[in-house]
Amino acid sequence: MTLVVDEAPAGGPAPEAPIEAFTVTLIIRRFDPDVDSEPRWQDFDVQMFATDRILDALHKIKWEQDGSLTFRRSCAHGICGSDAMRINGRNRLACKTLIKDLDITKPIYVEAIKGLPLEKDLIVDMDPFFESFREVQPFLQSNTAPPKDKERIQSVADRARFDDTTKCILCAACTSSCPVFWTDGQYFGPAAIVNAHRFIFDSRDEAASTRLDILNDKEGVWRCRTTFNCTDACPRGIQVTQAIAEVKQAIMRGKP
Amino acid sequence: MPENSAGTMTPRRPAGTLYRGREGMWSWVLHRITGVAIFFFLLVHILDTAMVRVAPEAYNAVISTYQNPIMGLGEVALVGAIAFHAFNGIRIILIDLWSKGAKYHRQMFWIVIGVWVVTMLAFTPRHLINVFSHLPGAGH
Repeated sequence: MTLVVDEAPAGGPAPEAPIEAFTVTLIIRRFDPDVDSEPRWQDFDVQMFATDRILDALHKIKWEQDGSLTFRRSCAHGICGSDAMRINGRNRLACKTLIKDLDITKPIYVEAIKGLPLEKDLIVDMDPFFESFREVQPFLQSNTAPPKDKERIQSVADRARFDDTTKCILCAACTSSCPVFWTDGQYFGPAAIVNAHRFIFDSRDEAASTRLDILNDKEGVWRCRTTFNCTDACPRGIQVTQAIAEVKQAIMRGKP
Repeated sequence: MPENSAGTMTPRRPAGTLYRGREGMWSWVLHRITGVAIFFFLLVHILDTAMVRVAPEAYNAVISTYQNPIMGLGEVALVGAIAFHAFNGIRIILIDLWSKGAKYHRQMFWIVIGVWVVTMLAFTPRHLINVFSHLPGAGH
């Protein structure tokens, strides 16, 4: 305490400059299935700081202006993967998109992710997405028992082989950024392939050939047109298209 | 709401904003457009070439309708489409088969554009001089 007083200039501490707040306009694509036959755009003005996130803006709108605004969010810190949405035309997590990284001289467009059935406002039906995820058998399968009272040993290099694809949080930002998925809902989509990759290249797993068979389907990896929208959209920075290419090559080789 | 089948869901998701993809998405869009365009060219091309089986005169009559400046400009577009589709096709093969392909896809896209520009710079002036110096009444 004394230290602070000593260092303060004579006449008391200089008044701290107030943090500048900006008026930001958000244009949100609303849809209420009980009232609307078509989605509609609605705009909101909110006071935001540069360090605020789009999720904070949505909270402000919901808490102070329009309680009917509906969106998903759980952890609000980029881990749970609940709040993927299309922000200015690109799939992003609302909780990881800072106001300062957007051009606030223009309105910010916020809408639900594309290609999954719209339920209400920013919420889509995620069932088809998780259905594809389950189809690739995203769990460890081994025919041999682990060493007695021990874990399954894996070398650092073997672990590094699939490290990138362990980071997936299943937010669906990649799958719903894929032009193939928009027009062909049967396509497994990037997220399912990423999670298959995580086990296909795991040295402890023994069901790689099953998964490669599943993904060798007409609606499997060969649907990928390498648009790289998924890699750009991934909030965890997973090299999604790279992972899909590796699965394609594994199918051609016949083994991981 | 289980009663929402795909059919009734359609009006609930009209386009919204256009997705803002980057080089990868736009190269794919261009690849599609040029691919479909080349398909229709090949369809017509097979039909007009098949005319030679009907009668050589019929073939000549069809080909002579192509000898005008509008078709000459169309040929520039055709060569442009084929050149882009070919160069970008090599890029896509590299993305799928070369282990570093996905890493350098953006650089490869700009190389494709660069090679395409060079190709068109070499082709277009020479071709257009040919087209416009053989116009009926141009003195040749």
